[in-house]
Amino acid sequence: MVRPMADAPTTGPEDNTVEAFLEGNRPDENGPQATPSLRHAPGPYFGSYGGRWMPESLIAALDELEDTFEKAKADPDFTAQIADLNKNYSGRPSLLTEAKRFAEHAGGVRIFLKREDLNHTGSHKINNVLGQALLAKRMGKTRVIAETGAGQHGVASATAAALLGLECVVYMGAEDCRRQALNVARMELLGATVIPVTNGSQTLKDAINEALRDWVANVGTTHYLLGTAAGAHPFPAMVRYFHEVIGDEARAQILDQTGRLPDAVCACIGGGSNAIGIFHGFLDDPSVRIYGFEAGGEGVETGRHAATITLGKPGVLHGARSYLMQDDDGQTVESHSISAGLDYPGVGPEHSYLADIGRVSYEPITDSEAMEAFRLLCRTEGIIPAIESAHALAGAIKVGQRLAAEAEAAGDAAAAADKVVIVNLSGRGDKDVATAAEWFNLLDKDSPEHEIAQEGEQL
Amino acid sequence: MSTAENSANATVPGTSKSAAAIDRARAQGRAALIGYLPAGYPSVEDTIAAGIALAENGADLIEIGIPYSDPVMDGQVIQAATTEALAKGFHVSQVFDVVHGITSKTDAAVLVMTYWNPVVRMGVDEFSRRLAEAGGAGLITPDLIPDEAAEWMAASDKYSLDRVFLVAPSSTPERMKRTVDASRGFVYAVSIMGVTGARASVSSAARDVVAAARAAGAERVCVGLGVSNSGHVREIAAYADGVIVGTALVAAIGEGGVDAVASLTKELSTGLTKEEA
Repeated sequence: MVRPMADAPTTGPEDNTVEAFLEGNRPDENGPQATPSLRHAPGPYFGSYGGRWMPESLIAALDELEDTFEKAKADPDFTAQIADLNKNYSGRPSLLTEAKRFAEHAGGVRIFLKREDLNHTGSHKINNVLGQALLAKRMGKTRVIAETGAGQHGVASATAAALLGLECVVYMGAEDCRRQALNVARMELLGATVIPVTNGSQTLKDAINEALRDWVANVGTTHYLLGTAAGAHPFPAMVRYFHEVIGDEARAQILDQTGRLPDAVCACIGGGSNAIGIFHGFLDDPSVRIYGFEAGGEGVETGRHAATITLGKPGVLHGARSYLMQDDDGQTVESHSISAGLDYPGVGPEHSYLADIGRVSYEPITDSEAMEAFRLLCRTEGIIPAIESAHALAGAIKVGQRLAAEAEAAGDAAAAADKVVIVNLSGRGDKDVATAAEWFNLLDKDSPEHEIAQEGEQL
Repeated sequence: MSTAENSANATVPGTSKSAAAIDRARAQGRAALIGYLPAGYPSVEDTIAAGIALAENGADLIEIGIPYSDPVMDGQVIQAATTEALAKGFHVSQVFDVVHGITSKTDAAVLVMTYWNPVVRMGVDEFSRRLAEAGGAGLITPDLIPDEAAEWMAASDKYSLDRVFLVAPSSTPERMKRTVDASRGFVYAVSIMGVTGARASVSSAARDVVAAARAAGAERVCVGLGVSNSGHVREIAAYADGVIVGTALVAAIGEGGVDAVASLTKELSTGLTKEEA
C-alpha cells in the first residue's frame, strides 16, 4: 500500500465538486460554490500527482524554464510566433475527417479523425518541439537534447533545432538505434547527433535517464526538450499547453461540421501528450465522455504490456509522482508494446489525476486489437495510421459499439447513427510499414525486407 | 562555530549520529571521511565486510546505496555495479541487513543513500522505522528536495534519523537556505554540475558551494562527486567538514574486493588532516 504524499494536495476535497460538475452542474463564475474548471491546470500538482522529484542540481533550470514559459505565454509576440509556425510550417489547423466506412465497424456511430498525421514530420510531436525550441532560444540556450524511443520525437526535435539554429543531441536506446536505423539517419540528415544508450534496459526510460545526466552536466547551455507531458514541473503543464491546439481545433471543427459536441473523445496514451492535448478541449464539457487507450501489449494478464494506469501503482520516476509500472521494491518494470511510442512504464501526472477523479476512463488495447484497427483504417479510409494511433482507433470501435448498445437498450437503435466520436489520429504509419507487413505476413520470406522487419526495423 | 537556529545546527546532542561522527573527527583536528558502497555488490556479505573494513581503516561515516533501476545521478561505474546487484536479485529490504551488519561491528555512522521511489514503495514511515531499528543514522536523498519531503520530514523526526539533502553549484541563496534548514546531520555539497564518477581534479565550484552553505547557516558541510584520491581529499579537507568518496571505492571492491577497499580507505584517510591555509 502506497501512502499518499503528505505534502501534496489530496484529491479528496475536490471529488464532490468534480462529481457535481460531471452531473451537469456547470461552473458558475459568480456563484458561491463555483465548480473549478479542469482546463489550464497550472501544476506543479494535479491532485496528489506531479511535483518535482528531481536532483537539486536541476531545480534552478526548472525554475528558469517555468519563469520563461510563464512570461512567454503572456507575451503576444510569443503566441503570435507559435501561431505563425503552426500555420505556415506545421500546416495547422489539421483536418477533422469523417471516417464513414470505418464507422460501419463501430456500431454505426459517426466517427471523426483529428488528423495530426498530416502535420509536418507526421505526428502531433511537432506542436511541442516548436514551442520548447522557441523557449530555449528565449533562455539564450544554444543546445537542445532529447530522448526518443521509435525516433518520432527525436526527428521532431532535430527538425525544430534545424529550423531555429540550435545544436541537437538525441539519446536513443542502443537496441532502438539498431532497429530504427532509418530514423537515426533522418535525425542525422537534419543535423542532429544521435547517441546510443547502452545502460540499463536500453529502452526509452534509459534514454531519458541519460538525457537527464547530460542535462545536469550541461544545464548552463542546454535545454532538455522532453517529448511528452510527463517529467518534473513545469514540463507536464507546458507540454500540454503546446498541444492544447489539438483540442481547441477539434472542438471548433466538430461544432462546425455536426452542430454539436461529440459524445466521446478517444486517444492513445504512452506518456500522454497527444491525449492531454485533445482531452483539454473537452474537459469542461460534462456531456463528453473521454477515453485514454493504453498499450495492452500481449495482454495485461501476460505481464508484457504498458498499461500504466490500468495496472501500475503511484510512484515517482523522471521527476513526477504518477502511476508507474513497478515491482514490490519500487524498481521500474520494463514495458512492452508493438508500438514503440507507447512503450513507456510511466504516464503524465495529469492523466493519473483525471483517472482518479473519474473524468477520463483509461483502458488497455492489445497489440492484436490495435493491428486489426490499423488494417481496418487502411482498407476503409485509405489512411495508414501510426500503430500508436491504432490503439485509439481500436478503442473507438469499442466505444462506438457501446454507444450503439446503449441506444438499443434505450429502445431507439436508430439513435446510434447520431452519436459522434472523435479519435485523435496522432500520427501517420509510414514508419510502421515494415512492422505491419511482418505482422500480416505480407513479406516474401526471401526478401531483404522480411529480414529487416524481423529485426523490428521501422522503415 | 556559530549557533544558528536551523535544525541542521540545533540538533539535540546525541540525536544525530552523523553530526556526532563528524564532530569526533573535528575534535581530532581533521575532516571526516565518508565512504560509499552500493548494497549487494558484489554480494550482500561483501558489502558488510567492506563496510567494516571502511570503518576500521579510517572512515567516519558510511553511505550504503540502494541499487535502483533508474539512477539518474550516477555515472558509469556505479550504474554498472548497481545493475549487477539488481541482476543478482538484490532486494531493498536487504539494505537493513547491510546497515545492521556494519553498525553491530563498528562505531561508524551508517547512512543509506537512495533514490526516492523504493522508499515510497515500502512506505516512508515503514522504511524509516526499519532503518532506525537496524541502527542506521539517516538517509541521503539525491532526487528528493525539501519541497517534496513533508512525509520524510515527519518520519525522520519520529525515528530520530538524519536527513541529508544535496546542495549544488546551481542552488540559489534562497534554495540553499531552505535546504540547509531542512537538513539534519550534515549538508551534502555537490562539487560539480554532473553525475558521480572519478575526475582528474576537484571542481573549484566545490569551495564556493561550501561557502554558500555555511553562509546559509550550515554547521556541517561535506563534499562529494569526483573525489577519488588522497590529493583530492586533502584539498577538500582544507575547507569542508567531510569528504565523500564513492566511485573510487566501488571500482576498488569490484577489482580487488574487501582488501582493496581497506587499502584505498587507508590511503584516502592520509589526506584528512587540515592544513594551514
